[in-house]
Amino acid sequence: MKKLKNMTDTNLLLAITIVVFFLMYIGAVVILGKGFLKPQNFFNILNTNAALIITSVGMSIVMITGGIDISVGGVAALVSMSCAVYLDYHNGSVAGSILIALAIGLLYGLVQGYLVAYLDIQPFIVSLAGMFFARGMTTIVNTKPFNVANEAFVALKNTRIIVPGMGSTNKKGMYIDAYVEIGVIVALIVVVLFFLVLRYLKLGRNFYAVGGNKQSALMLGINVKRTKFISHIICSMLAGIGGYVYFLHVGSGSASHAMGMEMNAIASSIIGGTMLTGGVGNIIGTLFGVLSLSTIQNIVTSAGFDQAWWTGITIAAMLCIFLVIQSLVIARKNK
Amino acid sequence: MNGSGIRRILSILLILSIIAATGCGNRPVAATDVLSVEEPDAGNTIIGFSQLGAESDYRSANSESIKNVFIRSMGYTLMFEDGQQKQSNQIRAIRKFIQSDADYILLSPVTETGWDTVLMEAKDAGIPVILVDRTVEVESDGLYLCHVGSDFYLEAQKACEWLKAYIDAIGMKDEDVHIVDLQGTLGSSAQIGRTLGLKMAAAKYGWDLKAAVAADFTQAKGREVMKQLYTKYKDINVVYCENDNEALGAIEAIEAAGRHPGSDINNRNVLKRSIMVMSFDGVSQAAIDMVKEDKISCIVECNPDLGPDVKNIIKDYESGVIPPKDIYVDEKIYSSNGRVESVSVNGVDYEVTVLKK
Repeated sequence: MKKLKNMTDTNLLLAITIVVFFLMYIGAVVILGKGFLKPQNFFNILNTNAALIITSVGMSIVMITGGIDISVGGVAALVSMSCAVYLDYHNGSVAGSILIALAIGLLYGLVQGYLVAYLDIQPFIVSLAGMFFARGMTTIVNTKPFNVANEAFVALKNTRIIVPGMGSTNKKGMYIDAYVEIGVIVALIVVVLFFLVLRYLKLGRNFYAVGGNKQSALMLGINVKRTKFISHIICSMLAGIGGYVYFLHVGSGSASHAMGMEMNAIASSIIGGTMLTGGVGNIIGTLFGVLSLSTIQNIVTSAGFDQAWWTGITIAAMLCIFLVIQSLVIARKNK
Repeated sequence: MNGSGIRRILSILLILSIIAATGCGNRPVAATDVLSVEEPDAGNTIIGFSQLGAESDYRSANSESIKNVFIRSMGYTLMFEDGQQKQSNQIRAIRKFIQSDADYILLSPVTETGWDTVLMEAKDAGIPVILVDRTVEVESDGLYLCHVGSDFYLEAQKACEWLKAYIDAIGMKDEDVHIVDLQGTLGSSAQIGRTLGLKMAAAKYGWDLKAAVAADFTQAKGREVMKQLYTKYKDINVVYCENDNEALGAIEAIEAAGRHPGSDINNRNVLKRSIMVMSFDGVSQAAIDMVKEDKISCIVECNPDLGPDVKNIIKDYESGVIPPKDIYVDEKIYSSNGRVESVSVNGVDYEVTVLKK
């Protein structure tokens, strides 16, 4: 108990998230069996959610700094459509399309960051406008959803990284290798990179300071405006990269891509122990937040609750419980 | 701080893990459901069905048809996944079926493109995929076993031939036909076939096709789009809705604008002149009632009852019969009047069923 008491809010929430994820996964293996035991089932969660992991990392950083960014789903859709059009209609190269993704992210970060940090406009309003703009712009770039046929891109999309020794034999007796997609590698690099940035760089500590208490941060001589500005640039850049990974996963451009991704990113961050009020959060927690969100969806449908609303209700319940835990964690301090 | 806060946290954690483990279920049957998914009555055929959503009456009827056929007592275990209109959800569902050792995968795809990779994975795992209702555009049709559903282009041809026969019967000129097209979800097979059919017919007969706007197969969007189109083009006299839900919305918009939905589009008295609504599906009672009231003039049926056909294909396949690539179901034409008795497409005659009160 003493030990628990001395943990920081961030670490306690992280511990809770990780414990819940493992309990849930073990519960699923025990009760639902078979499917969940196969390593590929876990890798599929990573494959499906690589893009969400990347955007959630950006979301967590903005939330730690006390802001929010709901434009990330729109940015991801805009990236997918712009890259698809560039690759197929303009015969572009894969490297060029990656540059487009980064450029869209950077541009979004600069504009939104400037509005939020220097003109002091509410981040919710700024990114709401950003979301509408991105969705609208996606339709202007191209109305019709279409599949990218560019050979170099398709080759990259179909690249599989085989995980040795993790394959399994199905009941027809075929051995199938376990694999992850390239996006998963990108996601893991992003997670590790920003985990280190938040923990060891001055910039990272500034995020916590600004989100925790703006006044004290100012008194400590931290450039609050610049810190907020940078957090938005990081978030939008990661939304751009996440958008590209999403694009790489589905291989098509569409105005309805990544619909609601911003909400999943916020939910994952919260489940991962990031607080909406700022100053508390952890990137590893965010990773587990995404995994928990996806696992619970998997469990709900596997358990025979096949109607779509069941997953929605379960996620709502889960979010609720995590918010209560957070407020309890904060309350323990004030006692 | 005393330990009670921590204890509370731990107790909430415990509750959460229980909720998580049981899939948030508090109905008593949940436990048996869960067990039977794990041990599918030893030897049951496992069917995974990735349905694209529940956006229209057609879709709900289609899901029911499949669920009614593949029931446990008949030796099947059905895994049903609602894709909620998102391709990424459907891809995830198919991967899950593969991991769960499904024997067959049924797929009703939300869009036509982007399925190569995941269908290849199913093929590598030796699981035959049957496309239900909608179809996919893939490099090789060896990626799926067969497609069961409707011929959307033929449906559109039937509707357009009916319209041609009707205007000929009432002595209207082709150039006086001003049509707007309320399209379905862009990129879906139904939208592509039905839009193309109208486009070809309009070009062939010289009809004035004013606009084609997506209304996403929903009533709300149908009303909204029709309202906008009517503000823009007052001389519309035929609304070609790509499903019934859109038609119901369009009727609301027409009536709100003070006009009559109906077949009387050539009346000399401009005030009595109606706007004709044409539609597809014929699944919901609401739409059928609209035909009886002459608010919808013609519905070309899109038969959602595909379960029995799918079951027969699987039975045949198990006994070694390779099905043809495309299997089409029979579909009727409903009309509010008997002026057109039958229409002929590609030399085949299709009878028109008149629905009266």
